[in-house]
Amino acid sequence: MALDRYIALIIAVIFLIYGYTAFFEMDGLLPPILKRNPIWPSTFPKILSVIGVLAALSVVINLEKAGKQIGDDLDIANWREYKVVQALLLIGGMVLYALTLRSLGFLASTFMFLTGGSILLGERRIVRLALITAIASYGIWYLVDTVLGIYMTPYPRWLDL
Amino acid sequence: MLEGFLIGLETALSIKNLLMVIGGCIIGTFIGMLPGLGPMSIIAIMIPVAISIGDPSAAIILLAGVYYGAVFGGSTSSILINAPGVASTVATSFDGYPMTRQGKAGKALTIAAIASFAGGTIGAILLVLFAPALASVALLFHSSEYFALMVVGLSAIAAFAGTGQITKAVLMTIAGLVLATIGEGAQFNMPRFTMGIMDLQSGIGFITLAMAMFAIPETLFLILDPNRSGKPDEKQSEITNLRITKDEAKQITPVIARQSLQGFLIGVMPGAGATIASFLGYAVERNLASPEEREQFGKGSVKGLAAPESANNAACTGSFVPLLTLGIPGSGTTAILLGALIALNVSPGPRLMEDQPEIFWSVILSMYFGNLVLLILNLPLIPYIAKVLTVPRTFLIPFILFFTLMGAYIGQNNATELLFLVGLGVTATILRFAAFPLAPLLIGFILGPMLEDNFSRATQLYDGIGFMWERPMTTALLLIAISLIVLPAWRSRRAAVSLKKG
Repeated sequence: MALDRYIALIIAVIFLIYGYTAFFEMDGLLPPILKRNPIWPSTFPKILSVIGVLAALSVVINLEKAGKQIGDDLDIANWREYKVVQALLLIGGMVLYALTLRSLGFLASTFMFLTGGSILLGERRIVRLALITAIASYGIWYLVDTVLGIYMTPYPRWLDL
Repeated sequence: MLEGFLIGLETALSIKNLLMVIGGCIIGTFIGMLPGLGPMSIIAIMIPVAISIGDPSAAIILLAGVYYGAVFGGSTSSILINAPGVASTVATSFDGYPMTRQGKAGKALTIAAIASFAGGTIGAILLVLFAPALASVALLFHSSEYFALMVVGLSAIAAFAGTGQITKAVLMTIAGLVLATIGEGAQFNMPRFTMGIMDLQSGIGFITLAMAMFAIPETLFLILDPNRSGKPDEKQSEITNLRITKDEAKQITPVIARQSLQGFLIGVMPGAGATIASFLGYAVERNLASPEEREQFGKGSVKGLAAPESANNAACTGSFVPLLTLGIPGSGTTAILLGALIALNVSPGPRLMEDQPEIFWSVILSMYFGNLVLLILNLPLIPYIAKVLTVPRTFLIPFILFFTLMGAYIGQNNATELLFLVGLGVTATILRFAAFPLAPLLIGFILGPMLEDNFSRATQLYDGIGFMWERPMTTALLLIAISLIVLPAWRSRRAAVSLKKG
């Protein structure tokens, strides 16, 4: 079975869980006065879950009889030729950035993310890189914090500045 | 109408708004040229900046400028390095890149700029004529017709997804509608499907979803396949002669006129958009050309370059018609603009022209100014802006990812949002590997609350779903919606079956 049909199967399961919640879990919490309404918070999700499961199953059984489709020239069958490790490490870097943005502050976490990302992709001129990312980190913080007026903790929390 | 037009003209011509158009066009061109960032990602990144401006007219003018700049930037990278940033500029590279290889990069860029300018300008004039008429008709609509109209819009978007893709597009639209039900909606005042996660109470941020659907997969694709970004050709440095001859101007004039009109009409249809307009424009002009000229198509024909460029810009303008008059976005980009308008407390729809004429008209007029800026300011700057193509990917990719993260963070001011972004971005990348179209998901997500709101209102008015068959207009629209999905899907199935047999 092709990747798209596997994915459609997973989506069908998610829609089934969504539908179960809409049909059997949500209405019990509804105040009695709202139960007189012709429309409940669960009405629209109930309709969506039914149509969604049908649409997912029509992809699973390949109702349209679509041939093999490859998304945007990249074929999952050739995954060995792609730089999967680099991509996974950069995804990890993004997660790490999300987790450290508050505790390490904007400047340090951004500097680390940009420098680490570039090194990971093969940049070897470390001094130049560090200089550019340091200027960029401070410049962007200044722009967002001062010009746009959106507060962002610049320094690590433990420094208590 | 004239009064509103003049108010809009005054707003669009204010120094602040002119600076917004110029700034937007330059930023858009600059970023649009980078591989991996199409107009949708750029607008999504710019939305927090636009919202922080506070003035809805200025904000939307900035975003419209960014949109035009990005489309132009995409054409430039198509012509110079054969790396179209977006699908709508793929047809531009058919003849634009061969011209660059012949050392005519400057000429190709000029033709692209003139064709874009003419396409966008003719589109803007048609928009001025069409939009008010459509808006006055739409004022007669009730919530049930609105609901049905949105269903038609969503079905059309799925129907135009291409052969073998319709059921997938329907599935993605429903996934978008499902995602939109997460969180506490204004209508019921109770959290739904939050799974006890506090950060989901306010739902998923639309900027987060837009970044996750477009910017992250494209950047991850650039990491996975380093050849994807294209390399600047040595001839690229020869952008010196930007002039075109009289004969060339004579050749492209009728092409531009035809394709501007055709592109606009295609752009007005929900789901069709700039990509279909550009490919169709190219094909039509190729068929209309004389046998000798046809031979030149694909080898550096000026007609082959002017056709998709004018068509895609006119279509971009055309796609604003359903957005401004009905509040229904016809493409991913206009869906993002709709999200931005809602965040700015502006409700696009037929009432916009009457209630906030300064926004309605200034957006339309700034499109015209945007095109003018692209022609007189961006074109001479192109040789300098094109230097951005030489930035090494080792720098470029972490910065693109960082701006994506920042866009989501500033939009919601919440670090957990970044984790949602990464999770949704990885999911979107897997979906793209399996050729699931992602624009319908985002359009479904943005239209979801409005669709449910109109459905609820109609249900309450009719004490049930009787409105679906009791109001003839609603019934007709819903039947159109069903046929839009069923007929092409059935046809593609029959074609596939007969192909197998034959």
